[in-house]
Amino acid sequence: MTDIKVNTAPVLGTDGKAGQHLLEVENLHVEFRTRDGVAKVINGVSYHVDAGETLAVLGESGSGKSVTAQTIMGILDTPPGFVTGGAIRFRGKDLLTMPKDERRLVRGEGISMVFQDALSALNPVFTVGFQIAELFRKRRGMSRADGRKRAIELLDQVKIPAAATRINDYPHQFSGGMRQRVMIAMSLALDPEILIADEPTTALDVTVQAQIMDLLAEIRRERNMGMILITHDLGVVADVADRIAVMYAGRIVEQADVHSLYAKPCHPYTMALLDSLPRLDLKGQELNTIKGLPPNLLRIPSGCAFHPRCRMARDICSAERPALIQLGDRASACHFAEELVGRE
Amino acid sequence: MSDVILEVRDLVKHFPIRKGVLFKKTVGQIKAVDGVSLDLHKGETLGIVGESGCGKSTLAKLLMNLEQPTAGSIRYQGRDVLKLSAAEQRKLRRNIQLVMQDPYTSLNPRMTVGDIIGEPFEIHTDAAPKGDRRRKVQELLDVVGLNPEHINRYPHQFSGGQRQRIGIARALALRPEIIVCDEPVSALDVSIQAQVMNLLDGLQRDFNLSYIFIAHDLSVVRHIADRVGVMYLGKMVELGTDDEIYDTPTHPYTQALLSAVPVPDPTARQHKTVIRLEGDVPSPANPPSGCRFRTRCWKAQEICATTPPLLQISAKSPHPSACHFAEIRDVVHAG
Ligand SMILES: Nc1ncnc2c1ncn2[C@@H]1O[C@H](COP(=O)(O)OP(=O)(O)OP(=O)(O)O)[C@@H](O)[C@H]1O
Ligand SMILES: Nc1ncnc2c1ncn2[C@@H]1O[C@H](COP(=O)(O)OP(=O)(O)OP(=O)(O)O)[C@@H](O)[C@H]1O
Ligand code: SF4
Ligand SMILES: [Mg+2]
Ligand SMILES: [Mg+2]
Repeated sequence: MTDIKVNTAPVLGTDGKAGQHLLEVENLHVEFRTRDGVAKVINGVSYHVDAGETLAVLGESGSGKSVTAQTIMGILDTPPGFVTGGAIRFRGKDLLTMPKDERRLVRGEGISMVFQDALSALNPVFTVGFQIAELFRKRRGMSRADGRKRAIELLDQVKIPAAATRINDYPHQFSGGMRQRVMIAMSLALDPEILIADEPTTALDVTVQAQIMDLLAEIRRERNMGMILITHDLGVVADVADRIAVMYAGRIVEQADVHSLYAKPCHPYTMALLDSLPRLDLKGQELNTIKGLPPNLLRIPSGCAFHPRCRMARDICSAERPALIQLGDRASACHFAEELVGRE
Repeated sequence: MSDVILEVRDLVKHFPIRKGVLFKKTVGQIKAVDGVSLDLHKGETLGIVGESGCGKSTLAKLLMNLEQPTAGSIRYQGRDVLKLSAAEQRKLRRNIQLVMQDPYTSLNPRMTVGDIIGEPFEIHTDAAPKGDRRRKVQELLDVVGLNPEHINRYPHQFSGGQRQRIGIARALALRPEIIVCDEPVSALDVSIQAQVMNLLDGLQRDFNLSYIFIAHDLSVVRHIADRVGVMYLGKMVELGTDDEIYDTPTHPYTQALLSAVPVPDPTARQHKTVIRLEGDVPSPANPPSGCRFRTRCWKAQEICATTPPLLQISAKSPHPSACHFAEIRDVVHAG
């Protein structure tokens, strides 16, 4: 493929150039070198987020949503995972080429992350108050007492009732929803400019999910934070996203603002995905499905990775890889993107 | 759809909470299922929805005879299941089968697909003569849309959706009348979910199966169910046809649940009224007195704390609803 480019992006000043995005992932490539072979997991992902906006990253299990996020955070499992190309610019500076200690500072203060499974992300042997206070002590040089006070404030902000006493509880003493709130409080501690939320509500019930999504939206608004919301729930996305990036086999196949994407998806994969949702008017009928299986990343199909499952596929689709092209307010990586955008 | 094949009355399952090292003392009870009644008709799908921990899986296990109820009765074709002899129970087991949520852990990784699907024939040796089993298994693979030539493969060689099909094939082996599906598609991606749901739908028509379909995804249940029961903390709080539950719910919990479901349509954002519930679900070890939902209910009055509401039809609820103030409210519901 021609679009593999190894860290050629210029490193800019701390303040970055005017007009560029707060966080920019550009043509990222990541592979896992495993005993079974090399799994090309991220194959040229580009997306960006600005202050105050919510970008939703949508895609099937295994499409590379979390690995992209882990690479942004610098917590990619290496080995077996290796970044083989691309750039991740935060305020114009490439995180991938930045010295280690500088990058460590970006984590938490610049960009922080909320994980799906809060219980395993929190340390089980310390109280939640201690864990948050430690963050303030280590990173902000606060005293234990001040750190504790800030921890109570934060738990209060994420609406944990009786924060002043709950601060002495251990993670397992909280319910799933409350634990996720603690996790969110921790990720906000150092006032990040961007919050990556990786399936923050997948493990939670709908009524609790609604509470957490409300909370995230409120915090994002108040702090004018940028948010990357990773999810496979097409309902959640419709509720909160400003823009959507759809991933398939480690690439972005479509990118658009939320309204255009749902009103008129312009990549056959997105179209099929929306089509396969159970809908009221389809009650009692067969659901539309996407034929076949998600791709094996050890052997990604040639050309467009979606071609074996695609209803529109022609000869060119297995021969040539379609580039992600911008067409007006949207981008689509399909050989027939122009036709799809132009359709009624 | 009048012939009831499964009749459940006042089913209760309490799990003891034990403390102490030497002399384990029972210090309390987890009231996982606490008085559930339902009827399942021939050929219908009864959906069961409710949040984590409300007792859905425990109910499934009770129906499968995998747990002994603390109280209550289950009648299959008019006969009390709990009073059957061991031999009769085994026979009954053939007619009620289970499909579980997790296609990753519910299949033995060291058995071939052929052995997994054929296992029921080993237990019920009269179901298929030995020489016939391999052919039967291949037939089953074909029925669920898997390649019969893959009979010697192992579970890890299949994707999540395919593993779920293997579980379904095994459940079908003995030609049951009832299949209890406990979150059969929850672990699957949307596109694969649709394939498995179509499969379940087709099998129901071909074999006149009755399903109990447990899920927490309300739009999935709406698609597949003829009737729906809503559970909260071990109780059935509302029961009705899918239209009754989704279009004219009368229990405040059902209304809150439906309104919280995110709708895959961004234009719905503006005119959507979401009923936000405060707080968490209380512990099933110590459920609130009276109506169990009252601690989170915006309609709660004094009577709610003192008198448990019955699951019944009332002036303002044309279908059974366990609320003193049951009343139809149209919420923006799961498409
Ligand atoms: N540590 C690892 N070692 C080997 N392969 C890995 C590792 N982490 C991830 N992968 C592989 O990378 C691919 C992408 O994984 P990723 O976790 O990004 O998927 P995802 O889109 O987040 O999916 P999900 O919706 O299931 O969370 C998968 O095929 C996965 O198996
Ligand atoms: N064997 C057991 N011993 C003790 N408690 C149990 C046991 N099995 C279930 N419980 C408890 O009973 C309650 C109901 O559990 P159950 O698994 O039936 O819920 P569920 O509705 O299936 O939830 P989920 O949606 O999370 O699967 C829970 O509080 C659970 O912790
Ligand atoms: S490029 Fe071809 S195969 Fe890929 S999505 Fe478009 S039509 Fe389908
Ligand atoms: Mg992930
Ligand atoms: Mg369960």
